[in-house]
Amino acid sequence: MRSNQVAVVGAAETTELGVIPNASQLQLHADAALNAIADAGLKLSDIDGFATAVETPQQVCHYLGIKPTWVDGTSVGGCSFMLHVRHAAAAIEAGLCKTVLITHAESGKSMIGKAPRSIPADSLQGQFEAPFGVYGPPSMFPIPVLRFMKTYGITHEQLASVAVVQREWAAKNPRAMMKDPITVADVLNSRMIAYPFRLLQCCLVTDGGGALILTSADRAKDFPRKPVYIMGTGESVETPMVSQMETFNSSRAFTTAGPLAFREAGIAHKDVDHLMIYDAFAHLPLFGLGDLGFMPHEETGQFIADGNTRPGGKLPLNTNGGGLSYMHSGMYGMYALQESVRQMRGIAPAQVPNAKISVCHGVGGMFAASGTIVFTNER
Amino acid sequence: MAEPQRARPKPTPETQHFWDGTKAGELHLQRCDACAHVYFPPRPFCPSCASRKVSIFKASGKGFLYSYVINHRPAAPGFTPPYAIAVVELAEGPRMMSNIIDCPQTPEALELDMKLEVAFEALDDKITLPVFRPAKG
Repeated sequence: MRSNQVAVVGAAETTELGVIPNASQLQLHADAALNAIADAGLKLSDIDGFATAVETPQQVCHYLGIKPTWVDGTSVGGCSFMLHVRHAAAAIEAGLCKTVLITHAESGKSMIGKAPRSIPADSLQGQFEAPFGVYGPPSMFPIPVLRFMKTYGITHEQLASVAVVQREWAAKNPRAMMKDPITVADVLNSRMIAYPFRLLQCCLVTDGGGALILTSADRAKDFPRKPVYIMGTGESVETPMVSQMETFNSSRAFTTAGPLAFREAGIAHKDVDHLMIYDAFAHLPLFGLGDLGFMPHEETGQFIADGNTRPGGKLPLNTNGGGLSYMHSGMYGMYALQESVRQMRGIAPAQVPNAKISVCHGVGGMFAASGTIVFTNER
Repeated sequence: MAEPQRARPKPTPETQHFWDGTKAGELHLQRCDACAHVYFPPRPFCPSCASRKVSIFKASGKGFLYSYVINHRPAAPGFTPPYAIAVVELAEGPRMMSNIIDCPQTPEALELDMKLEVAFEALDDKITLPVFRPAKG
């Protein structure tokens, strides 16, 4: 795909984030969509392309009253929205549609109008993982981390520092769920969830949503907001079974999607001003920094513990507070994208001064899938 | 009221041989007749070279502890926390999720790379799960 031919011209989250007991999941999709449409200065009837995950495109389109000529229901977990951005950019460039709306919403905390996640007993996961006591992401996602720590010499303190640094960012963000400062000791003394991870190393569980609107870069200049261009994109999947990853020292989905996006954007790591790495759990930023090629995996823990990713550091990472402190409805990728767009527009609560290139890297399932988007505000 | 039961696997035509094996006290893997790739979970073709000529064989049951978590909360039905959810790397190459028995469920006792051997735990008269214990000697 060619760089900078498609732009984000509308972006918004749901009116509220956190605990939203007065709206169904479907209504949260609509709330995010209506906010994004208002942000872009559009009407619903201007939307001719639509993408969403978990809920079907037909469900959300009918509820909103949208009549699309292009839809994408790719649903590969929390990074689905990165894949939607990639697919939408290709569709707009190919002339299949002009203006794409991407929505995410999840009543992850209040569970209103949300189908429970279940693992069929005759699926491969149901036969070869569920019988051994996995029960939700906290029991599954951290399974690789002890091997990763042993291979690369990563310490418990370094993994705790991920949560500490992200709380520093969250403190600057009025919409973040958790804003009180924490220390490495606080993290290591918080209650055990699934060894080696404790409560403060696990993502929040909240309600919310977000939506993006994309159109061609040529049209983008006529919109009210500063356009944010799609500079590079990548995607991949590996396996729905964490036990069957090729290695626990790295994610194959990450090492496929990330470098693809960098190559397409034609950028080097030193060009990156702002970085989002989907942090469902504290090890994700370490995998991401290594797998995206920012540094050898061995150095990732010390890099974060040394403060390089904190406010004022040389590589600002997860500047909204991340899934650990900002919000996490279950499929966090949309919120990472929203923060990248805010940073590129120059309106983030914890704005990185003069940021021109933002890399937004998502994960789906337990390292099952990945999507990477490189944004820029310069064409 | 009955105690909540641990998740019970339901075999498919492609996996039945594996569950027949565990019931008979054998751990079955598959090997490609064309390229010799050994793989798991079961399927009637080679995921490395796509050959449909594959054989089922009895694995050694030997392996080592590749990684794990010790789950505290929430506990899966039928489990008493804390309990380890382990990934075992088998001597033949493939890895599988399992539980570690005859071993304290603590970070001190569960050392990465420790040698393990398969054991079998009957859930009922149809399904037997492969679990692992520290290897003797």
